Amino acid sequence: MAARQETVARVASIDVDAYKYGFFTDIEAEKAPKGLNEDIVRFISAKKNEPQWLTDWRLGAYRRWLTMAEPNWAKVDYPPIDYQDLHYYAAPKSTPGPTSLADVDPELLRTYEKLGIPLREQEILAGVETRRVAVDAVFDSVSVATTFKAELARAGVIFCPISEAVREHPELVRKYLGSVVPVTDNFFATLNSAVFSDGSFVYVPPGVRCPMELSTYFRINERNTGQFERTLIIADAGSYVSYLEGCTAPRRDENQLHAAVVELVALDDAEIKYSTVQNWYPGDSAGKGGVFNFVTKRGDCRGRNSHISWTQVETGSAITWKYPSCILRGDGSQGEFYSIAVSNGRQQVDSGTKMLHLGKNTRSRIISKGIAAGRSQNTYRGLVSAHRKASGARNFTNCDSLLIGSQCGAHTVPYIESKNASAVFEHEATTSKISEDQLFYCMQRGLSEEEATALIVNGFVREVLQKLPMEFAVEAQKLIAISLEGSVG
Amino acid sequence: MLEIKNLHVSIGDRKILEGLSLSVKAGEVAAIMGPNGTGKSTLAYVLAGREGYEVTEGEALLDGENILGLEPHQRAARGLFLAFQYPVEIPGVATMTFLKAALNAQRRARGEGEAPTPDLMKRVRAAAKGLGVDSEILKRALNAGFSGGEKKRMEILQMALLAPRFAILDETDSGLDIDALRVVADGVNALRAKDRAFLVITHYQRLLNYIRPDTVHVMARGRIMRTGGPELALELEKNGYRDYVGEAA
Amino acid sequence: MSVQAIETQTPAEAALARSFAAMQDKGAAELRRAAWAAFSRKGLPNRRVEAWHYTDLRAALRVVAPLGDAPTQASPVLEKSRAVRLVVLDGFFRPDLSDLAALPDGVAAQSLRETLAGADADVLAALAPSGLGGDDAVVALNAALMQDGVVVRIAPGLHVARPLELAILTSGGPAHGACTRSLIVAGDGSKACVIERSKALAPSGAQENHALVFAVGSNCEIEHVARIAPQGDDAIRVYSLLLALAGNSDFKSFGLIEGGGLVRRQIFARFESEDSRVAFDGVSLLRARHHADITLFIDHASARCVSRERFRTILDGEATGVFQGKVVVRPGAQKTDGAMQSKALLLSEGAAMNSKPELEIFADDVVCGHGATCGRLDADQLFYLEARGLPRREAEGLLIEGFANEAIDNVSDEAAREEFSAALRAWLAARENNQ
Repeated sequence: MAARQETVARVASIDVDAYKYGFFTDIEAEKAPKGLNEDIVRFISAKKNEPQWLTDWRLGAYRRWLTMAEPNWAKVDYPPIDYQDLHYYAAPKSTPGPTSLADVDPELLRTYEKLGIPLREQEILAGVETRRVAVDAVFDSVSVATTFKAELARAGVIFCPISEAVREHPELVRKYLGSVVPVTDNFFATLNSAVFSDGSFVYVPPGVRCPMELSTYFRINERNTGQFERTLIIADAGSYVSYLEGCTAPRRDENQLHAAVVELVALDDAEIKYSTVQNWYPGDSAGKGGVFNFVTKRGDCRGRNSHISWTQVETGSAITWKYPSCILRGDGSQGEFYSIAVSNGRQQVDSGTKMLHLGKNTRSRIISKGIAAGRSQNTYRGLVSAHRKASGARNFTNCDSLLIGSQCGAHTVPYIESKNASAVFEHEATTSKISEDQLFYCMQRGLSEEEATALIVNGFVREVLQKLPMEFAVEAQKLIAISLEGSVG
Repeated sequence: MLEIKNLHVSIGDRKILEGLSLSVKAGEVAAIMGPNGTGKSTLAYVLAGREGYEVTEGEALLDGENILGLEPHQRAARGLFLAFQYPVEIPGVATMTFLKAALNAQRRARGEGEAPTPDLMKRVRAAAKGLGVDSEILKRALNAGFSGGEKKRMEILQMALLAPRFAILDETDSGLDIDALRVVADGVNALRAKDRAFLVITHYQRLLNYIRPDTVHVMARGRIMRTGGPELALELEKNGYRDYVGEAA
Repeated sequence: MSVQAIETQTPAEAALARSFAAMQDKGAAELRRAAWAAFSRKGLPNRRVEAWHYTDLRAALRVVAPLGDAPTQASPVLEKSRAVRLVVLDGFFRPDLSDLAALPDGVAAQSLRETLAGADADVLAALAPSGLGGDDAVVALNAALMQDGVVVRIAPGLHVARPLELAILTSGGPAHGACTRSLIVAGDGSKACVIERSKALAPSGAQENHALVFAVGSNCEIEHVARIAPQGDDAIRVYSLLLALAGNSDFKSFGLIEGGGLVRRQIFARFESEDSRVAFDGVSLLRARHHADITLFIDHASARCVSRERFRTILDGEATGVFQGKVVVRPGAQKTDGAMQSKALLLSEGAAMNSKPELEIFADDVVCGHGATCGRLDADQLFYLEARGLPRREAEGLLIEGFANEAIDNVSDEAAREEFSAALRAWLAARENNQ
């Protein structure tokens, strides 16, 4: 059919070089020398004035990491990473540490302005009240600014860089750090434990509904610098928090390594909503450059009737290796995973989730929408399991993949393991291309093929987009369109 | 024939029926009308013995015997039939196989011995023909992929075949077009007899144009609020349920 | 020729190496050597091998049973069969027990040993189709150690009216091994029904590794039904079905597994040309500590082909079920239509089910999907049946039957379908009696 050929032709010419966040901020940075050894680990720890227990914790992780092998089970293919050819610490010189907004280097503020991230605390804009979002901005290895801290503090909510939390709230950090993702969990998480630089820390006290959305914005700027942020969110009994995460990087010819760890803990009746719009630099259309994104994200529904919900829109990175998961430990707890993964050019995505049902009457829901275009490979990989004691567990999984063009691949690899007769698991998956009938119908009504494709893709991902906070949903929708530029208007 | 006395039913902490009393005599067709969410279907399910409902008080006597402690199949064997609002799809079980199994189970429970298969198939085909049910459908899995109308006809076909003493029709008219409605109603009317009674649950008066009730009960807030003759249905059609739904309304 | 050693060999692998040393001069030496090399690179499959994640053969196979190098003297009296029966007993084809005289014109049967002695290159190629199941260590082991089997050729255009039955029997007794490979070559335009019946005359802790290879020509209609009867609780059995299907053909296969020890049925199917259809169905009836594994690899290597898979696993006692199904759509295999479904019913607290339906798709103009469910009997369905007068146990039985029938109903051969339904009812009755 002519329409199809045209779509294929357009996809073939997709310009992934249209990545609009690819600029570099020229700002003087202080870096650790290249390479990784115990001295570097101590250097990072010292830079952050960490207590001895944390230095030891890092060193333990480093020694463990030396004994581990990089995992190779994912459907991703990349050249070997030289872990000695990276900087493990880089910080803008002008910002010695988190300070008030007034002290932040104007060049940095301009960077975030350009990225569309408001590092201001204005509440009224042109007379219209906007929804307020508190932002922690992490630039390479350090947090450069955190907004609305004072107001959050009044509600009892702690929102600060994790390096600050180590100093100010050591008891909380010590209690929860590594309690969801153990130091020994996997190659990349262990590496992160040894060298993590910065990231956000959130604690919401019992019964508190966090008064605004919290957000962290990650930016890799320096060349040959790995980013290893660490995020820890604790929602105490009966509390609620919604957290957003965004990320970008300059366009570079070489690959950049990102190996983050996110740990969430929800106690009795607490709820955490965690949303990600991941837009690291994907590399150019020939597959040169781009971020290697190896991320370990896990939520522990530790309390009864607790609830953790992951929503992700993955459009960036050359390699994505990421499985935000829920340990449904508390009876009646609930886990959700909503994902849109768009791949184009030479991108490779291997992403999904794990829902581990340990407690009674635990429920989980997985909705995954993969869109593969260009010469990309897009894999959903997931595990749903019910342990012996998880009576009454329920899961519903739906994984749909859409293929645009004949040179990409879409793959679905679900593992479903039940050891409990009363657990009910349902899984369904489909893979297809955009329906000719739908395209024709829209075009008969006057839409161009690009508009029609965009409309259908939007419909395809709608169920997940709706799970995002509104501001993010609009942004994400635009991002998906840009990622598929050439096939979508 | 059926005597419900002060029935209280809850699901979890929620009270659905709160002191419902109702009496239906042999040969009678009684209609229960009421707004949505008032517990009409709960009443049907509790009488048929579905799990998940807690009877906290009251009793339901069928021919003088309290049936609330019986298993669903024991109630069926005593002649209680529920035409489901949403007939359940059972893939892999051919409709004919199911009809045979149900009929014979009831016969066995009543000490009547199993019916010879050819006999039974003849009866099923005859009943199907009377209801305009394509006999091809009898080979298909029960209700699986049936249209709304086909499912409802199959309920009436089962009723005809099982010849219950007391039949409850739960919103049998929902989702039916006018032709199907007529077929279903004819099927019910053909079964009217002086030793058999019906409880017809419906939201709309429409069905009652085809199945003329002897009595009409208005149900709201988990109780019977008013009882009258067929004219009550017409009055409800005109005025709606606003007089019955809560003081504030 | 020295036998290549497996790195970090287990005692079982060492015993297998000795079996190979004894077998390597029994015809098709090249084929055997290559297969042994492939096996010895991998060793016995274990949890770390993705395709064997849920069935750890290395852990299960501690002591290897010896393979006989000649037919046994056993001469059992077999029940009459409605089909033309070819018997493989204790690893070897037994013409004396087979209905060779009843073979219709145009159907030829020969023992694998004789066939290998002839070393016809085409037959060897058909016997171990390149790339088909070649990644699997047990398929490779089968080719290295095959004792005997049957090679059946169906002439082009022939419609075989009476089913052919391949009876793979073991006489039982103390733990023993059997490793057979059979080949069915269906000429272009042929039509046939092949019944595979695996049975232990006296259930024991046998170790069996059977492969059945189908080389199906174009414009064929072939139905295969397999009944894998119970074995002793410490038996270990692997059945591999290899299918190379030419264009515009229909192939369907149904398998009933009635448990016993560890059973794995693995299917490797490849569309060699366009416009063909396959349907794979199966029912596993498991209780006690049975472990049954169904693993499929459906290779859409050609355009416009259709695949359908429907599997039902019913688990009682402390049984474990496994379903793995991978559908691969190769680049260029446009207009592929693939649908795979696995449903498991857990009837007891101790049962467990592992499912991994998988899609790997490299062509865009496709419609592929899979569904997998596991759980217990549906409460609404049970209530509906009870409300119609069926006592609880009877209602459960009817639902379990219906559940299995969704797969059994796809068998075209009526007698086979009835046999499977009867086996299912017998299983249910035995369950009833045990309660």
